[in-house]
Amino acid sequence: MSSRPLPAWSMPAGRGEDLQLPVEWPAQLTREWAWGDSTGKDVRVCILDSGIDPGHPLVGDLDGAVAVTVLEGDEVEINDDHEGDLCGHGTACAGIVRALAPDCRISSVRVLGAGFTGSGPALLGGLRWAVEQGFDVINMSLSTTKRQFAGILHELADTAYFRKTVLVASAHNMPVESYPWRFSSVISVGSHEEPDPLVYYYNPNPPVEFFARGLDVEVAWLAGGKLRVTGNSFATPHMSGICALVLGKHRELTPFQLKSVLYLTSGNVGGGR
Amino acid sequence: MSEDLKAAVAAGVLGADEEHRALLQSVVEVARAIFSARASSVFLLDEDADELVFEAVAGEGAESLIGQRIPSSTGIAGWVLVTRQPLVIDDLANDPRHARDVAESTGYVPQGLMCVPLLHEEKALGVLNVLDRASQFTLEEMELLGLFANQAAIGLDLLQRARRAQAVLAESGDPAEALARVASLLEGDNADAGRKLLGALEDVLRPRM
Repeated sequence: MSSRPLPAWSMPAGRGEDLQLPVEWPAQLTREWAWGDSTGKDVRVCILDSGIDPGHPLVGDLDGAVAVTVLEGDEVEINDDHEGDLCGHGTACAGIVRALAPDCRISSVRVLGAGFTGSGPALLGGLRWAVEQGFDVINMSLSTTKRQFAGILHELADTAYFRKTVLVASAHNMPVESYPWRFSSVISVGSHEEPDPLVYYYNPNPPVEFFARGLDVEVAWLAGGKLRVTGNSFATPHMSGICALVLGKHRELTPFQLKSVLYLTSGNVGGGR
Repeated sequence: MSEDLKAAVAAGVLGADEEHRALLQSVVEVARAIFSARASSVFLLDEDADELVFEAVAGEGAESLIGQRIPSSTGIAGWVLVTRQPLVIDDLANDPRHARDVAESTGYVPQGLMCVPLLHEEKALGVLNVLDRASQFTLEEMELLGLFANQAAIGLDLLQRARRAQAVLAESGDPAEALARVASLLEGDNADAGRKLLGALEDVLRPRM
């Protein structure tokens, strides 16, 4: 009989040794184990947002910056972005990630600027491109209420999950149905009111899974400036930065394992040890 | 379609434009009052032009600027509309570009801005701004802002449908043709809510025995 496994989704008999995990998990998982001494080095983080202000001192060098252009028939085109940030929000997210994981590699995918009518195709096209690039972490503070996009977003979120790309998405601040943050294959984030950027909590009442710092946060903004801001969209890059720290130390973690690490190191579970 | 229903549609859309303006004014007045803010304003999405239109202001602000248009997917209001997420910003004066943009629609440079999308079902109707609130912001206030924006959006959506129906009626002198065109507006995502609206109008206007 061939030693090659059959092309099926079951575990062939006697091949348990192939499933050894590359990481030895400690009996009690601590923050020190999870990201002690990590700077997020070489972890590739994508900010899917309004663009990033080039050369902002709180963001530093970018790995790349592209913009999504919506063509006729809702086709999209990905081009190098020379516009920078059309709002300030993407720069803010990038600065939060950089502060937590100083040696990670940040890229910008700008999905804003195509008009409101082009925003749905731009979001889908930008996310699809980002998933294809194999980023380690994709930070998205965007959501859509259009049910017609939910199916495609769900597929993209699952594709990312199985390709070991962690999608970190803002939960909605308002009582409306929106996507993709509600999907279980993403890490969804809401806000808490505490000022510590490394404090986060697991929420035992989903769909929001984690709460991170999102109130009165000082962030990078346009033209090298700074502002104070509030919202779930700023809690999200805090979790993205923490993901980058963990992946900087444990590159082999799958999104499921990474989520487990976040759970076990949450303030209300492992107590932030 | 019954004569009663035809009458109900015709009566129901009468004055929709005035009601629309009154509701918008009420939304900004109440938003300003809830947060003891210096001003509040609302931009609605003009889908055909793909632009945001400055529709109403309460408190400090320049009413003469009503009708001003801004891009639908750039700047703070554009980000809020596209992402459908509220945004709260303090030290807005540190962002000269946006401080100027906001000042152009309010007549002064605010320090603090809360911008929230007006969402109803799948639709994003516009954004509501609350400028220079009195108190320190909390996440509870964010929830309150979201709840209020939700309520405002439901009212605006109903009135916008009535406005469209009014426009259709105005285009045609033939009641049967006009009714057919009103009925055609009830297809797709809006059908259920539209039928409920017409049903409610019929109930209200039907002569009582």
